[in-house]
Amino acid sequence: MKFTLGWLKEHLETEASLDTIVEALTRVGLEVEGVEDPGAKLAAFRVARVLTAAPHPNADKLQLLTVDAGEGPVQVVCGAPNARAGLVGVFGPPGAYVPGSAMTLVVRDVRGVTSNGMMCSTRELELGDDHDGIIELPADAPVGTAYPDYAGLSDPVIDVSVTPNRQDCMGVRGIARDLAAAGLGTLKPLAEVYRMETLAPVAGEGPGPDVATRDPEGCPAFYGQEVRGVTNGEAPAWMRQMLTAIGQKPISVLVDITNFVSIDLGRPLHVYDKAKLKGGLVARRAADGEHVLALNGKTYTLDASMTVIADDVAVHDIGGIMGGEHSGVSEATTDVIIECAYFDPDHIARTGQKLGLTSDARQRFERGVDPAFLDDGLAIATTLVLGHCGGTASGVTRAGAAPAEAKTVAYDPARAGTLGGLAVPEAEQKAILERLGFTVAADWTVTVPSWRRDIDGPADLVEEVIRITGIDNVPSTPLPRAPGVARPTATAEQKLERRVRRTAAARGLGEAVTWSFISESEAAPFGGGAWRLANPISEDLKVMRPSLLPGLLAAAERNLKRGAPGVRLFEIGRRYLADATKNLDERPTLGIVLAGDRAPRGWQSGKAQGFGAFDAKAEAVALLEAAGAPVGNLQVMGEAGEVYHPGQSGTLRLGPKTVLAAFGMVHPSVLKAFDLDGDVAAVELYLDALPAKRGGTGFMRAPYTPPALQPVTRDFAFLVPAALAAGDLVRAVKGADKAAILEARLFDVFTGAGVPDGRKSLAIEVTLQPGEKSFTDEELKAVADRVVAAAAKLGAVLRG
Amino acid sequence: MHDLDQLKTDLLGSIDAAAGLDALEVLRVHALGKAGAITGLLKTLGGMSPEERQTEGPRIHALREAVTEALARRKAVLERKAMDAKLASETLDMTLPADGIAPGSVHPVSQVMDELAEIFADLGFAVATGPEIETQWYNFSALNMPETHPARAMHDTFYLQAAEGEEAHVLRTHTSPVQIRAMHAAGGQQPVRIIAPGRTYRSDSDATHTPMFHQVEGLVIDKGITLGHLKWTLETFLKAFFERDDIVLRLRPSYFPFTEPSAEVDVGYSLVNGKRVIGGSEGWMEVLGSGMVHRTVIEAGGYDPNEWQGFAFGCGIDRLAMLKYGMDDLRAFFDGDVRWLRHYGFSALDVPTLSGGVGA
Repeated sequence: MKFTLGWLKEHLETEASLDTIVEALTRVGLEVEGVEDPGAKLAAFRVARVLTAAPHPNADKLQLLTVDAGEGPVQVVCGAPNARAGLVGVFGPPGAYVPGSAMTLVVRDVRGVTSNGMMCSTRELELGDDHDGIIELPADAPVGTAYPDYAGLSDPVIDVSVTPNRQDCMGVRGIARDLAAAGLGTLKPLAEVYRMETLAPVAGEGPGPDVATRDPEGCPAFYGQEVRGVTNGEAPAWMRQMLTAIGQKPISVLVDITNFVSIDLGRPLHVYDKAKLKGGLVARRAADGEHVLALNGKTYTLDASMTVIADDVAVHDIGGIMGGEHSGVSEATTDVIIECAYFDPDHIARTGQKLGLTSDARQRFERGVDPAFLDDGLAIATTLVLGHCGGTASGVTRAGAAPAEAKTVAYDPARAGTLGGLAVPEAEQKAILERLGFTVAADWTVTVPSWRRDIDGPADLVEEVIRITGIDNVPSTPLPRAPGVARPTATAEQKLERRVRRTAAARGLGEAVTWSFISESEAAPFGGGAWRLANPISEDLKVMRPSLLPGLLAAAERNLKRGAPGVRLFEIGRRYLADATKNLDERPTLGIVLAGDRAPRGWQSGKAQGFGAFDAKAEAVALLEAAGAPVGNLQVMGEAGEVYHPGQSGTLRLGPKTVLAAFGMVHPSVLKAFDLDGDVAAVELYLDALPAKRGGTGFMRAPYTPPALQPVTRDFAFLVPAALAAGDLVRAVKGADKAAILEARLFDVFTGAGVPDGRKSLAIEVTLQPGEKSFTDEELKAVADRVVAAAAKLGAVLRG
Repeated sequence: MHDLDQLKTDLLGSIDAAAGLDALEVLRVHALGKAGAITGLLKTLGGMSPEERQTEGPRIHALREAVTEALARRKAVLERKAMDAKLASETLDMTLPADGIAPGSVHPVSQVMDELAEIFADLGFAVATGPEIETQWYNFSALNMPETHPARAMHDTFYLQAAEGEEAHVLRTHTSPVQIRAMHAAGGQQPVRIIAPGRTYRSDSDATHTPMFHQVEGLVIDKGITLGHLKWTLETFLKAFFERDDIVLRLRPSYFPFTEPSAEVDVGYSLVNGKRVIGGSEGWMEVLGSGMVHRTVIEAGGYDPNEWQGFAFGCGIDRLAMLKYGMDDLRAFFDGDVRWLRHYGFSALDVPTLSGGVGA
């Protein structure tokens, strides 16, 4: 919401400086977004009269002027063709900065004659494009006056951000009222501002126009007044200047009056050209599919939820949002109907949202205009029309009534202290509320002014009192604190997440944060997404990710394109699934992508190495271990999914069904979709599937009881079918004698000389832990027999 | 007698001159072996008269001891020489590079979330979470933003595709829905103190806005909580977060549907080498939205607003990170550029603690 300081002072009698006002605006909750003083840069330029003009002695195209800028004649050299004696223009003295020429004026010699400044063109002052001649002002322009003051450029423009609850401040008057309440001056009576004796309706001749409302929900009140015999020319200079200053383009006096009142009082109006209407105007619901060409040149298709103003034939206004092109006023307009209506905020909001159409009127109606201001608003509008366009007014038609019942709040002034934290004396609270337009009864029943639709309860009044008193005065009060050291607050899930995050970082992985939404094509290899945005910002950010890998693969690709030799990224975030009943299912997940070089070529390692599936497995196992998963009991199984290389991937499971992680080399077709080549390994850890840590036993560890005797090791080499999973053999061996076997570790895999086709050799080191006594040879042999027997069940034969 | 002295001189001389361990062994055998010179002399002791043995015995034994000792001494010297030679042959160029593990890093957003958790834990706040795909009730209606509320339109909401006749879910536009969920979880009878950090979404994209960003919500529901407590909490938090005592806050009355009274919070900055640094009051930067929880929201959370009141605040985590650590482009947060992650990321060991300071 923009307005000028001068505009504000039309309503506010104040001695306060601009800085004080700006500071107060922000303090009361009208955040100042900017202050611009368009005149400041031209402050040195003066209105000046050319006294004499004579040819330059040494140059054909130049003249020698004597100029009076209020301090007596000075000599100026000028090249403008329109420079002549008697002309009143704008003079820049030495020292003045000319913005359009980006130079500072100095006394200088022009072809042998001293020039003491410059007569300026509009382009030189950045006031227009004209550079054919110097500015010509009316002959009676006061010589010596600072030009910005004369031209009305010295009025600083203030831009405030008005929060959605403050409809009243969508008009300059409401802002003035807040400032007056904050002690910055006095609010002038409205009639005085509009130079009216009274705000009573303009008594016209004859009956009012034929206006009605058949939609009491959407348009509870439709007031209208006709003015016949108007002349729709240019608005008066002061009005054009005020509108121009805040960036509104003057159009014609009738249109400008509606814009002016809308900005000045937050009261939108509409003016119809009566000659273009067929029959009376009625507020009604649109028919489904009805069209209207709006004033912005666009055609809107309406539906039955929308309120419109129509005549017997067509729609002429999207009620409260935008007028129609067809019945708009023009230079030829002679008879007008002024509409001053009340539209329901909710209806306006819905219609505006549906049409995607915003306007100054919508912004005001949507927030809720003053329902008690229809008569006053219409009186002001009609007075302005009569005053600036002439004509004769009709009577006023009042169709319906706006919901203007007074609201009251039972207020307890102690609430300022108990909710607002600042105990403001009662008398002061009363004075503040009254300055804002509230009335306060002896029992603190507070009546809300009609323009404050946002006030509902005591908390709202506390806010009024606190903001006007100054929220800075609220003292800081420490929150009550439980005695002792702060208790731990993190949940098990949060601690788990922290552990895996920092473990991953410690293992050389860089944490990335990638978009939660990905493109359809990125989601496709992962089975597509369960959830799509209806209004994505782009097709690239449309599908809620079903996996963390697409974002990481895309990031890896960008990094490799930028020349990163190796990329190790991880992310902790959610994947967005649908459960069996199609409900939302967000699951915490850790994803890892390893791409490019695992290690660069080196003097020890030789050629650069790529990542392999066991790099992925190592990360998965390490992170699961950090997460407290029973890594020793996990089963490595297949079915990692189509995203992975079918022969170089796996899942880590707790029991056959609970998948804790999938890992492996990424399938080449997926890599292709992400424009990656080379070997890329990936892991997904399903944090939601991890078993909850058993708690409740306190911090005490089990007693330390190291075995009395040293363990012994025995090696076994088996010939097994080539397809046998080594893990199965190891598990079988380990389980062959649970009492004696502490560990079984595979240390060699061999095929080749001495190993028959279709078989491979697996060597396992078995660690045996004796109990109280050392193993006897018989006992050792018995264990070895059990190991061999267990292996034999899998088709393994001890190598001779 | 002369023979023994001569023998000793010869033997010790040969031992000291022995060039290698092999030569030394030959000498040992020559002197102390079965047929060695000294062994031979020892054997003569048996054939001597007691008087002769009394004088010759000690001399022969002394000779044996002297030779044994010389052999051992020489052996140690030669062994040491041999080891030195072996080690010299094993010399490596220690200027060659050693293979290292490239360091990993923690993302600034995660780090700042951990910092927040640490600070607020000390103030008695737990960390709460909620879904990112929300119902419109949680995201708007429960927060006193009915369907036609103008603020609702200002939220640039992402809607999810919905089946015909079903209300569309939204990507939460703020972390505020967690207020309602936390109150529900606390059951309407217990005081609530939580922060809720997480991902939030708005359909907005430029240098300072990304369609996904991070927010942290704070909520206190208790009895007798006032705006003064809110002010203190925010001051205390920001001082702890930036680890500066010259943090100055400016509260500005504002409007949020879910709080009343509402205030936006600016924090003062100073210009240091042309860069804004938090602290002092040369200028103001908006960092927080806050206010006293609206009674409608307290009710939606299952609490009696006549008995319970409290405050809430919301703040951009990415923005906090930028203000503290100096990043200037929000978009880079979500690009996964390993150079950026290394530059602005944190070591795994930079775990924020109160004793060590939460910043790193």
